[in-house]
Amino acid sequence: MTDMLLSINGDEYPVVVDTRETLLDTLRERLDLTGAKKGCDHGQCGACTVLVDGRRVKSCLTLTVTLDDREITTVEGLADGDRPHPLQAAFIAHDAFQCGYCTPGQLCSAVGMLAEAAAGWPSVVTEDVCAEPVLDEEEIRERMSGNLCRCGAYVNIVAAIGEVAR
Amino acid sequence: MKPFDYQRAADTRSAVAALSRQPEAMYLGGGTNLVDLMRLGVATPAVLVDVTRATSEAIEESSGGGLLIGAAARNSDLAAHPVVRHRYPMLAQAVLAGASGQIRNMATVGGNLLQRTRCSYFQDIAKPCNKHRPGSGCPAREGDHRNLAIIGHSSSCVATHPSDMAVALAALGASVHVEGVEGTRTVPMPGLHRLPGDEPERDTVLEPGDLITAVELPALPYASRSRYRKVRDRASFAFAVVSVAVALDEADGVVRDCRIALGGVAHVPWRATLAESALRGAPATAEEFTRAADLELAGARPLPDNAFKVPLVRNVLVRVLSELAS
Amino acid sequence: MTTTARPYVGTALDRVEGMEKVTGRARYAYEHSPDELAYAVPVQASIARGEVRAIDVQAALTIPGVIAIIWHRNAPRLAPADNAELSVLQSARVAYRGQYIAVAVAETLQAAGEAARSLSVDYAGEPHDTELRADHPGLYRPEKVNAGYPTDSEHGDPDAAMEAAPIRVDATYSTPAEHNNPMEPHATVARWDADGLTLYDSTQGASAVRATLAALFTMPPANVRVIASHVGGGFGSKGQPLAPVVLAALAAKHVTRPVKLAVPRQQMFAVTGYRTPTIQRVRLGADVDGRLTAIVHEAIEQCSTIREFAEQTTTPTRIMYAAPNRRTTHRVVKLDVPTPSWMRAPGEAPGMFALESAMDELAIACGIDPVELRVRNEPDADPESGEPFSSRNLVACLREGARRFGWADRDPTPGARLVGRTLIGTGVAASTYPAYRSPSQASARLEPDGRYTVRIAATDIGTGARTVLTQIAADALRTSPDRVTVEIGDSALPPATLAGGSMGTASWGTAVVRACEALREQVSRSGDLPSAGLEAAADTKEEIGAQERFSRHAFGAQFAEVGVDVDTGEARVLRLLGVFAAGRIVNPKTARSQFIGGMTMGLSTALFEESLMDREFGDYLNRDLAQYHVAACADVRDIEAVWIEEDDPHLNPMGTKGIGEIGIVGTAAAIANAVHHATGIRIRDLPIRLDKLLR
Repeated sequence: MTDMLLSINGDEYPVVVDTRETLLDTLRERLDLTGAKKGCDHGQCGACTVLVDGRRVKSCLTLTVTLDDREITTVEGLADGDRPHPLQAAFIAHDAFQCGYCTPGQLCSAVGMLAEAAAGWPSVVTEDVCAEPVLDEEEIRERMSGNLCRCGAYVNIVAAIGEVAR
Repeated sequence: MKPFDYQRAADTRSAVAALSRQPEAMYLGGGTNLVDLMRLGVATPAVLVDVTRATSEAIEESSGGGLLIGAAARNSDLAAHPVVRHRYPMLAQAVLAGASGQIRNMATVGGNLLQRTRCSYFQDIAKPCNKHRPGSGCPAREGDHRNLAIIGHSSSCVATHPSDMAVALAALGASVHVEGVEGTRTVPMPGLHRLPGDEPERDTVLEPGDLITAVELPALPYASRSRYRKVRDRASFAFAVVSVAVALDEADGVVRDCRIALGGVAHVPWRATLAESALRGAPATAEEFTRAADLELAGARPLPDNAFKVPLVRNVLVRVLSELAS
Repeated sequence: MTTTARPYVGTALDRVEGMEKVTGRARYAYEHSPDELAYAVPVQASIARGEVRAIDVQAALTIPGVIAIIWHRNAPRLAPADNAELSVLQSARVAYRGQYIAVAVAETLQAAGEAARSLSVDYAGEPHDTELRADHPGLYRPEKVNAGYPTDSEHGDPDAAMEAAPIRVDATYSTPAEHNNPMEPHATVARWDADGLTLYDSTQGASAVRATLAALFTMPPANVRVIASHVGGGFGSKGQPLAPVVLAALAAKHVTRPVKLAVPRQQMFAVTGYRTPTIQRVRLGADVDGRLTAIVHEAIEQCSTIREFAEQTTTPTRIMYAAPNRRTTHRVVKLDVPTPSWMRAPGEAPGMFALESAMDELAIACGIDPVELRVRNEPDADPESGEPFSSRNLVACLREGARRFGWADRDPTPGARLVGRTLIGTGVAASTYPAYRSPSQASARLEPDGRYTVRIAATDIGTGARTVLTQIAADALRTSPDRVTVEIGDSALPPATLAGGSMGTASWGTAVVRACEALREQVSRSGDLPSAGLEAAADTKEEIGAQERFSRHAFGAQFAEVGVDVDTGEARVLRLLGVFAAGRIVNPKTARSQFIGGMTMGLSTALFEESLMDREFGDYLNRDLAQYHVAACADVRDIEAVWIEEDDPHLNPMGTKGIGEIGIVGTAAAIANAVHHATGIRIRDLPIRLDKLLR
C-alpha cells in the first residue's frame, strides 16, 4: 500500500492505494468519482478515458501509483460550474449517446483529441503527414476510434464534435 | 493480479541495478501491454521498476544526421515530431496506425518494441502455450491461427509480433540502444527480435536486466519517400492482418535502393531482404515488384487458415511500391 | 389543469436524463456502494464438460482481505429453477467451458481477483462436442421456438412447386455466433437486510429479475427490490436474469454483507448469452417474371445442454412475401456450449440475412431489379395466417429509399465500377420486425404542487424510454413535459414488461396513457385538489388480451453502398440509408438514433462480428474487444435513417410500432448484396472478411 496525493479536477485527494490499483478503480471505488466507466478493463473500449496532464489516456491501464505529480481531469471536471462544456452541450443537442455508458470516455477523449488536432498532430488518415491536418469528418472518425460505442451513436458523436471543432 | 512492489528509477543505471538485484522484477513503461498482461496473469512480476523517468523522452537529431529517440518518448510525440513526419513518413504512419489515440499517448517507444503477441492462446493462461508456459504446447497450429505467422515460425510457436512501429524501424534499419549489467551496446533492427525456434518464450535477444534507452534512426535521405500500409479487418483500432513498410529510392524508372519490412507475418518485424536485393537496379515496374514480392514470399509456410496472407502481402507490397514509384 | 396547444408526441425532445449522462452523474448498477461492501470475482470452469471434483481454497483463504470462497459444496441452496442457468453453484456438473464454478469474495477488488486466480480446481473432464454441423445427428425439432412461434410451418406443396419453378435459387447461408457486448458489463450490487434482498442490477427488466430472484431464494416478490436507474446497453443480453445476478445475491447471502459483482468482459463471452450460429438453406422458386411460387427456409442452430433456446430464425419468412407454396423449419442441437439467448432481433437478424440475400440472387437469376422483385411479391394479407396487416408499407419504403438513394441509375452488372483501386457496388434489402405489446401497469399522480409523477417499472437501456414516456404522459395529461416526472427503473414501481422485443414504448406507453386518462377522470370528478394530491393506476392486461386479430409488423428498406479494395479485399461501407415504416414516431431525435444504432450494429454484423468456437477447448476464443471486433467510429461513415409516417389505428393508443430492433434487420444482406454488386463475389457466410474477397 502506498500513501499519495492525487490531484483530480483541481482538488487534492490523499489516498492510500494498493500498487495494483488502476486509476480507474481508484476513481470509482475509492473516491466515488464514477464518471469514468469500466467497459473492458483492458484498454480495448475507451470508456475509462480521462485526461492526465491534459492528454487523453486509458485509466484502466494506468497504475495509480505512477500519478503522484500528475493533474487528472475526469468527466466530472469538464463543466465550468453549472455551465456544461461545449462538447457536453453538443452531445445532448446531437443525441450523441443512447445508453450513456461510453459517453464520459467519448467526452474526455474528444477534449484531448481536439487539443491534439490544434497542436497539428497528424493521424493515419491524414493524406500528407507533413501537412497541417484539417479536422474533417474522416479525421474525427479516425481519431475517435479508440472509443467504442455499442449503441451505434458514432454518426451523432462525429456531428457533435464537428460542431464544437468549428 | 499478484501483489508487487512499485519502484521508480531515477536513472538508467539504477534501473538496471534494480533489475539485476531482483530477478522477479520487470520494467514498466507506458503499461499499455504489461498492465494488461498482469491482469490476465500472463505476467507476474514481484517488482515493477518504472523507467518512464529514467530514460529520455527527447527526440533529437543525432550527430550522424539521423534521429535519436529516447525510449520514454510517447508514441504520439514520435508520430507528431516534424523530423519524423518529413524525413521518415512511414514511421509516423506506422505509429499512427497502431492502437488508439489514448494508447499512443501512454505507450513509450521502448515499450512498444517489447510488446508481446496478441495470439489468443498466449493471452489465456488456462490454455497451453509455449510462450507463456514453455513446453505446454502450441494449440494455435491446429486451432485458430488466421492472424498468425506465415513465415519463420516453428513447430513450437506461430505467433506474430504485434507492433506497427517496429515494422517501420526494421525497414529503416534503426539501432536500439541498450544498457545492461555489462554496460551499453546497440542492437540493429531487425535483429532485436528473434524467431521462435524452440525458445518461443524469448521474444528478443535482450538479456535479463537489459533496458532499452533509445532508438536511433540512420540518416536515410530517400526515406522521405516512404509509406506504411496496414491491412486490417476493422478500419481503425485493430492489429494488422498484414502490413508493409517501404522506402523507395527510384530515379528514371530504376530502383536505386529500397527498404521493405513486413508486419503481421512473423514472430519478428520481417525485413524483406530478398525482395530488396532483387529490386536494387531493377526497373520500377509492376512486373518487377511482383517478382520481388514472390521471391520474398517463396519462403512462406502458411497454415490452412492464413494462406490468404501470401497473396495479400504480395498485393499490398506491389501496390505500395507502385504508388511510391509513380 | 394545464392545457397546451400541441401534442408532444412527435417532437424532438432532448433526452431527459441527458445532462446526468454527459456529466458522469448518472449512476449505473456497479456505482452504488452500500456500507460494509465486499467485492466478488467469479471463477469459470476450464473444461467444457464434466464435473468439479474438488476446489483447493486454502491458498486463496490466506490472501489478506479474502472473506470467502464459495462453490457448490458451501453455497447457499436455491430453489429449483426452470432455467438451469440460474442454478448457480448448486451442483458439481460443468455443462460448458466458462460456466461459473466458484466466486471469491474479498474486501477489495484486487484481493478478490487474486483469490479467484489462485484456486486450484480438480476436474473430472469428459469429451465434449461444441461444433454445429448441418449433419449433426443430435439435431431435433423443438416444441416451439422463441417468442412462442410454431417450430415449422407449411402451406401448399413447396417441394413440387420448387420442382416446377422455371427459376430457382437454392443456397445455404451461415451466420456465426455473435456476442451482444453492451458497453456496460453485467453488474449487480446485492444487499440483504431484514426486509429481504435489494439489488442494483444492470437489467432490461427489473420486474422479471424480482420475480426470478424471489423464487430462487423462496421469498415473496415483495421482499426483493431491483433498481436499474441507468443501464449501459443490453441488446437482449440483460433481458432476463442469468447466472451473474444470482451469483451476486448468493455471495451476499453467504458472507452476510453487501456484495458487488461485475462480469469481466472476457467472462461475458460464456455467461451472458449470445446469438446462436445458424446454417440456413433457402429455396426460392419463381416464374420468369419473378413471381414467387415457392419459399422454403430451413434453419439449423445450437443451444446448450442445460437450457433449450431455439431462435425463431425463419419466422420473418412467414410474413415477407406472397407465395402459395411455402415451408419454414427450425432444428436445434444441444452442444457443450454456453447457452445462447437474445441478441438484438433474435431470429429476424440472421434469418433476414439469408432470405434477403436469396432474394438478391433471385433478382439476378430473373434479370429483374431487386427493388422491383420485392414489390412484385408484396402480399395483400399475412401470407401464412391470412390475417390482414394492421398496416404494411414495405413498398413505400422501397420506393422512397430508391428515390433518395439514387437507385434508378444503377447498372446491375456486378464488378463493373472500379474507382482507383476500389470496386464500388450498391445493394438493397428489406427489414421487418413484429409489433408486440405486453401487459404492464402504471400509476399517475397529480402532486399537491400541480406537477405530475408517472411511475412504471420500465427500463431505459439507452432507447430513450424515459424521454418518450414523458412525452406520452404529457400529451395524455394535456400538460407539458417539464411538468411531468417519469419514474422508472425500479421494481418497487408498478410492474412492467422488459425493455425487449421492441415492445417497450407500446407496452409501457399503453399503461401510462391509461393511468393518465384515469387520473384526468379523477381530477375532473374531484373538483378541488386534495392536499395529498390525486393518484390513479392502470393495468393493461385485459386491454391487450382483448385486442383484435391483425398481423402487426414494422417494415423497412435498407440501401448500402460499399467499396472493396481490389488488392486487400477490405470492404468498407460508404453509405447506408434506411427507410422505415413503424407506426407513429414519438421522438424523431431518439428514434433516428435507434434506427441508426441498429443499422450500425448491422454493419458491424456484416463485416466484423464472429465469435470463434475453439474446437479443442470448447470456448469462444476471441473473448475480448480487441479480438471480437465491433464497428469502431472509423467504420461508420454516412448512415441516414428516415421514416414514412403511418397512421395505424390497430396498435395502441400512441399508434407506435417498435423501433429498437428493425434497424439491424436486413442491413447485413444489403451490404452483402452490395459487395456482390461491387465484386461479383457472393458472400453467404458472415462476416464479410477480407480473406473471403481476396482474389
